Amino acid sequence: MATFDLNVNGKNHQVEVDPATPILWVLRDHLNLVGTKYGCGIAQCGACTIHLNGVAVRSCSLPVSAVGSQAITTIEGLSEAGDHPVQQAWLEHDVPQCGYCQAGQIMNAAAFLKNNPNPTDEAIEAAMNGNICRCGTYTRIKAAIKTAAQSMS
Amino acid sequence: MTLVKTSYNRRSFLKSVTLAGGGMMLSFSWLASCVSNPKKALEMPKEWFELNGYLKIGENGVTTIMSPNPEIGQNVKTSMPMIVAEELDTNWDLVVVEQAPLNTDIFTRQLAGGSQSIRQSWEALRMAGGTARHMLREAAAQAWGVPLAEVTTATGVLYHEPSGRSAGYGEMASAAAQIPVPEEVELKDVKDFKIIRTSRKNVDGQKIVTGQPLYGLDYRKEGMLIAMIAAPPAFGLQLKSVDATAAKAMPGIRDVIVVDAYPEDYEMQWSDVSAFRKLVAVVGDTTWQVMQAKKALQLEWEPLPGGAGTPESTEIQMERMIARAAQPAREMRRDGDPEAAFARAAQVIERSYTAPYLAHNTMEPMNFFAHVTPEKAELVGPIQTPEFMEKSVSQRLGLPLDKIDIQMTRMGGGFGRRLYGHFLVEAAVISQQVQAPIKLIYSREDDMTFGCYRPTYYVTYRAGLDEAGNLIAFHVKGGGIPEQPVFPNRFPAGAVDNYLAEGWTLESNISVGAWRAPRSNFIAGAEQSFLDEVAEAAGKDPIAFRLELLQRAQENPVGERNDYDAARYAGVLELVRDKSGWDQPAEGVSRGASAYFCHNSYVAQVLDMVPRDGKLVVDKVYCAIDCGIVVNPDAAVNMAEGGIIDGIGHAMYSGLTFKNGQPEQNNFHQYRLIRHSEAPKKIEVHFVQNDIHPTGLGEPPLPPAVGALANALYKATGKRFYHQPFISEKQELG
Repeated sequence: MATFDLNVNGKNHQVEVDPATPILWVLRDHLNLVGTKYGCGIAQCGACTIHLNGVAVRSCSLPVSAVGSQAITTIEGLSEAGDHPVQQAWLEHDVPQCGYCQAGQIMNAAAFLKNNPNPTDEAIEAAMNGNICRCGTYTRIKAAIKTAAQSMS
Repeated sequence: MTLVKTSYNRRSFLKSVTLAGGGMMLSFSWLASCVSNPKKALEMPKEWFELNGYLKIGENGVTTIMSPNPEIGQNVKTSMPMIVAEELDTNWDLVVVEQAPLNTDIFTRQLAGGSQSIRQSWEALRMAGGTARHMLREAAAQAWGVPLAEVTTATGVLYHEPSGRSAGYGEMASAAAQIPVPEEVELKDVKDFKIIRTSRKNVDGQKIVTGQPLYGLDYRKEGMLIAMIAAPPAFGLQLKSVDATAAKAMPGIRDVIVVDAYPEDYEMQWSDVSAFRKLVAVVGDTTWQVMQAKKALQLEWEPLPGGAGTPESTEIQMERMIARAAQPAREMRRDGDPEAAFARAAQVIERSYTAPYLAHNTMEPMNFFAHVTPEKAELVGPIQTPEFMEKSVSQRLGLPLDKIDIQMTRMGGGFGRRLYGHFLVEAAVISQQVQAPIKLIYSREDDMTFGCYRPTYYVTYRAGLDEAGNLIAFHVKGGGIPEQPVFPNRFPAGAVDNYLAEGWTLESNISVGAWRAPRSNFIAGAEQSFLDEVAEAAGKDPIAFRLELLQRAQENPVGERNDYDAARYAGVLELVRDKSGWDQPAEGVSRGASAYFCHNSYVAQVLDMVPRDGKLVVDKVYCAIDCGIVVNPDAAVNMAEGGIIDGIGHAMYSGLTFKNGQPEQNNFHQYRLIRHSEAPKKIEVHFVQNDIHPTGLGEPPLPPAVGALANALYKATGKRFYHQPFISEKQELG
């Protein structure tokens, strides 16, 4: 066990956990931020995607000891009022079916759009390929990302 | 207006205060309510007036509608309340939706399965809304001293036109709650629908995109511990011994126990499927600690006694299926004289098709919260069959049904997997043994290797054509482990004079269950691929060939019982033919057509494949659907898109194989699911417009996609695909 000071969604938190604990479980079990989802535990499905200093990472495979003072953003902190352009586009296209993977999809899309404000379809597909949606909402996700790109430009 | 007797499930319309232990259904659970229009902040009323078990109206007109059925992503939490709101004739923007708990006194068929939620609850939901509207009108008529017939409604407001009086539903709610439930209720004409047939957003949408707790895995309760299970690593094995010394000494670990989830004397019902009746459970403070301790368990396994302990392997299973398929099978339907017709046929085509086991792989793994005390059991989580599992828990714990409370969370996918609630029984038993509230969590590996899979199948088709290319004989002989996939009375039965359907099965210790569109998810693709090949042999256009057969089935059907409406079947084929411009495909496009009827809905598809950067890409899928009235059109399109992608994905990439009883894939690095870049670039969905009572869409769009994919692949590659997943035949998609 060790103590870690974390910056999550702009707030400081102190947790005492095994240093190997993935950030996913620190968020979910210790900080009660359950928007970040467990899907596979081996960085294959993307359901656990968060931002580390603005970069999309798989929180299921990132030990808390590797985070240091880097800023963590989760789906709960992506926007204050739940109105990030990507979130709004998701609602406009009514993307979710079961909805479980969508927090990860949104976090991945939001990080991608920051560096690719005007992406091609192929670039969207390549960027989103690590995020599985078992319900098959891929065509809607792509449409929503394009809408979000437009509203962010 | 249509008058309908309310005698049907009249209990639903009694006020809950008259129910035993009344008020329970109104309990405001932590994951319950969501505003139908999230952009508008609704002011909650000071007082609620309950008009029946489905709805209550506040003094300010805000209306709570209960969504009775489990939500697995099929969007019933939006569409079912829409139907109530329609007949209530209220303002959808003033509606708050709550997930109802399991309550068999009030609701019927609280089950997610068979694409039946809308179809089977259509009348009950309409009556719930219509009954309340009637009571509001009566309250207004009494208050205003006017005849009931002169009181009308529109969008949540009562009107008396002759006197110019009006009142919001909220103003009359208190009085309406005192009005006796009417014996008859007026339902709207379909043409007067204002909410049904308009697209309404997912009522949980805002919560989903902001990561609010909604799912079973998100549930927590004060003092709750985390539990995980260790199951035998292979089918055919059982627990021999446990050494938990090291695991118990690890930080945060409270206990390691043997869980006899389903003891020998337990009578399993259909929703109790489990090959692993006895498990080891690790219970501790946090998920990560429990995951680590699980690895430290020293477990020994031994074969189950007798044949049940035989380890299965995919290769051996395929050999067994091929051998069994050559043997006589059980006859399920015979029309005419098939063998004589085959003997005189100018051409006989015979093809066999196979498909592997599939895991459901819901993105949210199996989990359930349980708090069991000597007096009662409280259970919260994702379950498609709460009513059945309540009985299982009751039997297993020896507690009466009324001491078991099951709350349904939104589910991170179902696809049939959560029809089988062994994890709910396991959670209850663990909680009972450790005497604490626990949340049982399956790891992805636990989830993928536990069983309840889509069975593996094998089917052989034979078709006989005469000189003119007419289909004069048809034979389907299908089997599987442990279930056969043939529906003997489905198309093309009824369209061929000489027809034979047969089935066979083989036993296995690998547990199986319903997987999105059970049996249809395999047989549709095989049948539609085969018909494509037969049409080609007959020198006919594949859609024209099917329409010719459907015309025969319509005008002069063969046999007594054909489980489809040939006119509606032909209708979706014609619609997709026209919308896709079937006769004039664009340059370089390889097209495949397919149509199927299952779960009461008709779906036809045309799939366009194009080469791009040296790979084949599904450029576009056209889809035509006849599911009667479309309750929530955009959500219905979403369902169709998902079903198509799911169908293409599993046919193309997915499969679970076995070696010595052990699944060879246990996570997504080995088990391939379709990803963004492999999905169709565009999907266009069209609905047949009619006023037939609605049927479901959770399953029907999936099965035909497999056939459309195989047929387009043939056009693109010149090769027929008989064995799923198609990547096993060295075929990839862009």
